[in-house]
Amino acid sequence: MLKKKELSINMGPQHPATHGVLRLVLELDGETVVKCTPHVGYLHRGTEKLGENRTYPMALPLTDRLDYVSSMSNNIGYCVAVERLLGIEAPARAKYIRTIMAELTRIANHIVWIATHALDIGAMTVFLYSMRDREWILDLYEMVCGARLTVTYPRIGGVRCDIDQEFMDSCYKFIEDFPKRIEEYETLIDQNRIWLQRTVGVGIISAADAINWGLTGPTLRGSGVAYDVRKAAPYDAYDQIDFEVPVGKNCDVYDRYRCRMDEFRQSISIIKQCLDKMPDGLVLASEAPPYDMPIGKPRVMPGHPMGEILPGELVEEKVPFDELYSATEVPKGELGFYFVNDGTARPYRMRIRAPSFVHASVLPKLCEGSLVADVIANIGTIDIVLGECDR
Amino acid sequence: MDISSFYGFLGTDTTDFILRMIIMVAKIAVVIVIALLHVAYSTWFERKIIGHMQIRLGPMRVGYHGLLQPFADFVKLFFKEDIIPSSGDRPVFQLAPMIALFATISSLAVIPFFNDFVIAKNMNVGLLYLFAMSSLSAYGIILAGWSSNSKYAFLGGLRSSAQVISYEIALALSLVGIMVLSGSLNLVEIIEAQQKHWYGMYVVVQFPAYILFLICAFAETNRTPFDLPEAESELVAGYFVEYSGMRFSLFFMAEYIAMIIMSCIAVTCFWGGWTLPPVVMKALPFLAVVPGLVWFLLKVYCHLFLFYWVRATVPRFRYDHLMSLGWKVLIPLALANIVITSIVKFLF
Repeated sequence: MLKKKELSINMGPQHPATHGVLRLVLELDGETVVKCTPHVGYLHRGTEKLGENRTYPMALPLTDRLDYVSSMSNNIGYCVAVERLLGIEAPARAKYIRTIMAELTRIANHIVWIATHALDIGAMTVFLYSMRDREWILDLYEMVCGARLTVTYPRIGGVRCDIDQEFMDSCYKFIEDFPKRIEEYETLIDQNRIWLQRTVGVGIISAADAINWGLTGPTLRGSGVAYDVRKAAPYDAYDQIDFEVPVGKNCDVYDRYRCRMDEFRQSISIIKQCLDKMPDGLVLASEAPPYDMPIGKPRVMPGHPMGEILPGELVEEKVPFDELYSATEVPKGELGFYFVNDGTARPYRMRIRAPSFVHASVLPKLCEGSLVADVIANIGTIDIVLGECDR
Repeated sequence: MDISSFYGFLGTDTTDFILRMIIMVAKIAVVIVIALLHVAYSTWFERKIIGHMQIRLGPMRVGYHGLLQPFADFVKLFFKEDIIPSSGDRPVFQLAPMIALFATISSLAVIPFFNDFVIAKNMNVGLLYLFAMSSLSAYGIILAGWSSNSKYAFLGGLRSSAQVISYEIALALSLVGIMVLSGSLNLVEIIEAQQKHWYGMYVVVQFPAYILFLICAFAETNRTPFDLPEAESELVAGYFVEYSGMRFSLFFMAEYIAMIIMSCIAVTCFWGGWTLPPVVMKALPFLAVVPGLVWFLLKVYCHLFLFYWVRATVPRFRYDHLMSLGWKVLIPLALANIVITSIVKFLF
């Protein structure tokens, strides 16, 4: 065991602090990390490949399973991408509803993030406080669509069902009461000396490095880069909403923590504006594809084991031959969908740019040279979910 | 150790000796049983307290409000398979939890629970013995970490040894002020010395030392925020990651007994043990009917509550911060406390 100076240690895939099944191979010199190698793929389910064999509406539930703590955002990201591909415009009401849902999801995601991040650093109570409040959001989900975790509530061209006054009232109540809960979390950790010692000056990544590594979302904004897809390429109702993008200054774990805490407040403000401005009307575009969207013309796949030509109905060609990259701001960063379409109702290639995957790749940069305990803080701060990372 | 007092204990008469021996064994049995019951219920107490602090209920299923939960846990742990890693060092692996538990349980020998109820009454090196025993229990942890032949356990053992060695010093130094004031290492005499003052508790005059002692006690017992050796999110469970069933519960018991003992030391050295301050007794004389054990236990429970409260509140230290806190802050402060206490004692 001690033949060489470095001790190589396998953190994960079964480890309470790796947020799922991330595996890090750490080379330790005492408590210092000399080398850190992330291994991903333990939760690989072939989502991209599965997407190729389903029509666009059928592939929607797959996106729930990407980042399972913010499934609504993934759905919306996918729907926005397909809408752009098919040239469908969702009605205004649906856009506002989706914006509310996306921001509720952002809050729910950041709740899970603060819970696990604080738990990893040892502050156990924050975990339970914030999980209590996440329940609240899941109840709101349930109220609007019946599901709590894998919602599949948005649809291509709108949302599945309309919201009612009861939901609006509950939502108002939520945005009124939730700021107190944020203060509760902050009371426990914000100025706590141990928390500051564990987070200030830890996991520093400069703005240039952060951009070069492809970081997005709060992980990037903690380094002071005000890049947010909601501002840069607005979708849904974000261009009609007034909000700020919180940025950090010191590029460390603490600033990323502050960024996300500020995003809680921004999200609340966005939800409030959406509720106030909520327009009337339909929630689904008339040209939205039905659930049983015809597959389109048969697909020629040379060398495919099921035969050269996959079955399909011959219908009039609705889906353009096109390729398209569409990005949305999910709580963890920029979730991109890249479709190559061959004129059928199925993508020829569906590529998912998952922020967690990109963020996991930066771990060696953050961890090498720091202590074992900082590895934990760094895994927490980049906010990864392995369902999305491994796809 | 004072040899004459030891022979004095043995006595000259054989019958007398046997009688004393029986009483001694009975005392030990009573203390150990009560201590283990306390361990069982301090886990329940902890789960309940932390549960309510974290807006949940804690154990509720086994018995009324989960009161039988400790026994259910015990039964579960007792009947669990005892797994020994095939590549581990078998004898050491088996020995380690015993060392840990033995060393902590032996510390109970010098704790004065009430009036005359001390197992080793004339132990004139009481405090020193306590330090020795708490150092010994570190062997259990280190050996457990080493013999498991697991890297996580090994790291936990290393962390623990570094931590215990650093904080042992500060812990002992923080109590030197008490020794200076009371002029004794015998815990009973320390309590009697406190009774000579109107305030009756050294915490009044040794408050900084008390805080230092508490911090070190948290570190010594591997409790949050110093629970690095068993840091759940980093080392999974630390040194006892490979232990299961009864052997695991031995470590568990050792940790809780250590916590109780640290509380006992704090109560004895700083809070006047089983006594109440003379000024309080004078003001409220009817309190004399309450047995000393009640006060002692109440004070101990308050300290245990503090342990749990802190666990529910603060995050975990990082290893280097822990070391710098121990060596750069606590030890100098403890030394300063000794110097100031000695000067004040010399002058007045």
